[in-house]
Amino acid sequence: MLIRHEWIERNAILLLVLVLITVAIGGIVEVIPLFTIETTVEHVKGVRPYSPLELAGRDIYVREGCYLCHSQQIRALKDEVERYGHYSLAAESMYDHPFQWGSKRIGPDLARVGGKYSSEWHYAHLTDPEAVVPESLMPRYAFLAETPLRQDRIAAKMRTLRELGTPYTDDQIAHARDDLVAQATVDTDLDTFRKRWPKAVVVPGNANGPTEMDALVAYLQVLGTMVDFADVSTEQEKQ
Amino acid sequence: MPTKVEKDTFSGRDTTGHEWDGLKELNTPLPKWWLYVLAATVVWGVALLVLYPSIPYGPGHTNGLLGYSTRARVDADVKALIAQRAVFMDKIAALPVEKVKADPQLDAMALTAGRIAFANNCQPCHGAGGGGRPGYPNLASDVWRWGGTLAQIERTITHGVRSGDPDAHVSQMPRFGADAMLKPEQIQQVADYVWTLYGNQAASASVAAGKQVFADNCAVCHGDNAQGNHDVGTPPLRSRVHLFANTRDEIVAQINNPRMGVMPAWNKRLDPATIRSLAIYVHSLGGGE
Repeated sequence: MLIRHEWIERNAILLLVLVLITVAIGGIVEVIPLFTIETTVEHVKGVRPYSPLELAGRDIYVREGCYLCHSQQIRALKDEVERYGHYSLAAESMYDHPFQWGSKRIGPDLARVGGKYSSEWHYAHLTDPEAVVPESLMPRYAFLAETPLRQDRIAAKMRTLRELGTPYTDDQIAHARDDLVAQATVDTDLDTFRKRWPKAVVVPGNANGPTEMDALVAYLQVLGTMVDFADVSTEQEKQ
Repeated sequence: MPTKVEKDTFSGRDTTGHEWDGLKELNTPLPKWWLYVLAATVVWGVALLVLYPSIPYGPGHTNGLLGYSTRARVDADVKALIAQRAVFMDKIAALPVEKVKADPQLDAMALTAGRIAFANNCQPCHGAGGGGRPGYPNLASDVWRWGGTLAQIERTITHGVRSGDPDAHVSQMPRFGADAMLKPEQIQQVADYVWTLYGNQAASASVAAGKQVFADNCAVCHGDNAQGNHDVGTPPLRSRVHLFANTRDEIVAQINNPRMGVMPAWNKRLDPATIRSLAIYVHSLGGGE
């Protein structure tokens, strides 16, 4: 042996240095891939930060622990692509802090649930899942429809996310609260809203302002819809 | 601590050469087979490192000698699957829906493909077997809003209803009560009339008045005999299968401030052959025209 075991055992400094080197290898292996994240995440068109209402809905999703039963990651496997649609791209969750990939599928994967059902269906389903899907195990979330959505923190949330690297513009943050309400109001002028938040789904809402359920449905309806996979350039960019 | 390996007289084995206050430790090395397995896993690991994508560096990672990629594999798998199905699905996609229905072999394939696609995509709203539920049409009955022929069903599935698709079915029932287009008593009268169409009894004077209100306001879309009109998505009212209004109170509510359903357009999610198969399956559920 080049270094005799006995030397290491008898030399505390040498032992310490070698232990540090060994532990550092483990750390380096975990950290190095993060240095290359810019090149790991595909550059695809269409992915935008969540609109204020979607962002609020995402927080409800996290608060209620939806990720414990629903994954948001379609793996690159034939069966999953057949059932759920195109496999998930890293770019699709690049504005998620933290991502909601999940690891359990007691319920179905939700990565591409956006647009699969009408918003009305989501309201009925969240209120009483068994009324729509008799064999469902999902708990009822009827109380979300009776809980007004807290609106005062939305701009601060977006500013915080901007610190973390989500590219919210000043314009988007300035109109955060207006847009939060507009997305849950059917009959408003939506031109400027649509410009700021393309592909956002306007949910029915009600006259008393958005509820937590409105926010959650708006979030569910945008999941997986931002990237246009019919666009050929998407196929080239994702490689 | 003298390090002198010596033979233990009692067991006949070597000691490690360490001694603590007169106590010596027997040397019990790892079994040879275990060491060989360890060495083999290290070699195996290095082989994987070389063959498969592994070590990250600046602009990417080593691709490995095999050039393996999960995404390339799944693309190939899906292509193979499509090729396998193409034998029938290409024919289904190429022929008009009536021709597919007329060919016994293609019909059987379409029914199977349609049944599976229905369970994944349609059942959450329309229920198992297309039984429907309040707000979501029963597909097994002969009541159709946008038409129950194969071609009409196919069009509805492809473009949806009020879905935002440019070719979607769109119609809007006026808010006769909420927008004060009818007086409250007129709404009660026409509700009584519609209630009799359902096969129930109501005060005859009110029904007669309601019939006139219906002829003046409703017949233009719902038809002179309330038979419905597939062009504007009105259902036959002389029926016992209804979408939103099953009780008299619900009829009043529907005239006051109508609820109108939304069905997604499926042309972005499903391919034309699958949609055609779904149309044939839905048509077979019981009410196909």
